Amino acid sequence: MNTDMNPHGTAAGHAQAGAPDQDDDLALRVTRRPRPGHWLAVLAAALFTAWLAYTVIVNPHLHWDVVVDHLFDGVILEGLWVTVQLTLISMAAGVAIGVLIAVMQLSGSPVLRLTAGAYTWFFRGTPLLVQLIFWFNLALLFPVIGIGVPFDGPKFVEWQTNLVITGFVAALLGLSINEGAYMAEIVRAGIQSVDPGQREAGASIGMSNRRILTRIILPQAMRVIIPPFGNQFISMLKTTSLVSVIAGADLMTVSQHLYLANFEVIALLMVASIWYLVLTTLASVAQHFIERHYTPGAAPLRRRVLGDLVPGRTGRAQGADRTPAKEGAS
Amino acid sequence: MSDTGTRTATPPAENIVLSARGVRKRFADTEVLKGIDLEVRAGEVLCVIGPSGSGKSTLLRCFNHLEHIDAGRIRVDGELIGYEQHGPSGRTLRELRPRDIRRQRERIGMVFQRFHLFPHRTAVRNVMEGPVAVKGRTRAEAERQARELLDRVGLADRADHYPAQLSGGQQQRVAIARALAMEPTLMLFDEPTSALDPELVGEVLGVMRDLARSGMTMIVVTHEMGFAREVADRVLFIDQGAVVETGRPDELFTDPRHDRTRAFLSTVL
Ligand SMILES: Nc1ncnc2c1ncn2[C@@H]1O[C@H](COP(=O)(O)OP(=O)(O)O)[C@@H](O)[C@H]1O
Ligand SMILES: [Mg+2]
Repeated sequence: MNTDMNPHGTAAGHAQAGAPDQDDDLALRVTRRPRPGHWLAVLAAALFTAWLAYTVIVNPHLHWDVVVDHLFDGVILEGLWVTVQLTLISMAAGVAIGVLIAVMQLSGSPVLRLTAGAYTWFFRGTPLLVQLIFWFNLALLFPVIGIGVPFDGPKFVEWQTNLVITGFVAALLGLSINEGAYMAEIVRAGIQSVDPGQREAGASIGMSNRRILTRIILPQAMRVIIPPFGNQFISMLKTTSLVSVIAGADLMTVSQHLYLANFEVIALLMVASIWYLVLTTLASVAQHFIERHYTPGAAPLRRRVLGDLVPGRTGRAQGADRTPAKEGAS
Repeated sequence: MSDTGTRTATPPAENIVLSARGVRKRFADTEVLKGIDLEVRAGEVLCVIGPSGSGKSTLLRCFNHLEHIDAGRIRVDGELIGYEQHGPSGRTLRELRPRDIRRQRERIGMVFQRFHLFPHRTAVRNVMEGPVAVKGRTRAEAERQARELLDRVGLADRADHYPAQLSGGQQQRVAIARALAMEPTLMLFDEPTSALDPELVGEVLGVMRDLARSGMTMIVVTHEMGFAREVADRVLFIDQGAVVETGRPDELFTDPRHDRTRAFLSTVL
């Protein structure tokens, strides 16, 4: 311990000169106790990973040249772009639907509550795959769709359902409506996590219910909504691959088309997986920063107050970094 | 505030800011307010005291229509609160449109026991919220007014702090400034110091005392008998949902007419 002494520790001693023994105590540094078991586990994990990577990389049946060739293939990139679009649009629509359904569920009106309950019951209770195929085949049920007077009244505009409901549109409908049902539950939990006193405080200064929701309740509900939203988003990036069954033209669809033509099944699945991993990794990083932004009090507030005083990583190493020398030196 | 002599005479009707007549309120099977009558004149400070569960908070919440009432009438500045007369003879009351309810609430400030500041907004943003979101003021104008109000409650230097960075007493003073920003004609306080550490009670009562001196009409539910004695023009004792007695603080505290008042005072004084 004594050999590990911090030479800067003496800086603090300037103030109380003439007490050299105490200077020595202040200079003691706190270190971690070595943990040999920990390092053994790390070594074992590293060896296992290396072996796994080796067997895959040197495997003669995995054609890495094909993987590399197709990674930036125009068709693949187009599919990737469709996957990104499907994810972003259906998540946005899902959030909008989710907020609407959540507010209906928490409203005083039994009719609205029942409607919202039926929505989540139905769309969470049936497989997404079934819903996607249903939307894609909507023409079987309604050959034409249009705007007009309900109950077989006159129509103002009409379209052939088959022309409107492309694979992409069916994919968006299926993904958004399904996501809305899950987001509704997430948003509802978020809204309910906010102190009811907040609503009353807003009402007491004459705010409307809508303003209270958007300016007071939802911003506070974010803290509870963001983590599960992040999970839903990452999950959605991969769930979009289901639309390959309805010719959704996404990353998975185009990969399938390619390997059905050249029989490089594994290589193209590898290409798709690499891109899915890139997308989910980016999303995870974004999630981390957004969550930190919405953590109550902790990050944004503490940074505001102490940001200038505590440089570097604050979550780590309690006592060890806080030698009096650092404050004395600055 | 000094002309208490004229107060004993019947006041002209236009001086009455709040009047309640036969206000009844029940939650499920229990009647919480059993026909409350009271009047508060312009510039008057009325302190409401009474045991816990006697209906004091519910009464205040009826005054700005945070609660529905089952019978009776509440008027602020002569205007019926929360309801309009309806039907051929005008004998039934129907709830107002949400827009009208909001307009009425703008004039009635409320301060809660547990502050209920908006935690995601700084102090100055809390105070600006009403003027910007409800009154449609510009941000610059609202901010200038908000900083003035924070200065008035002694928190000019805390304007840019978040509620979590303020003490309970400071939070409650911001809450008072937030209510004042709507320029109310009547302020309701529901045990504004009950959630505070003892050493922080004084600063909040000080702000309320200044507010009373400036002529604000105030209804204050409180257990601070010292404050009631010093600042109130009238004290109202409520028990089990009914007004037991009301009077000037010196009368009510030193010579209560009812045994129930005496019994209650002996537990808190
Ligand atoms: N939302 C409510 N639902 C049911 N009972 C309530 C509700 N609010 C208040 N009460 C009841 O009404 C009575 C009066 O409550 P309150 O007005 O808060 O009393 P005080 O403020 O004098 O302590 C209590 O018995 C309380 O339990
Ligand atoms: Mg109460």
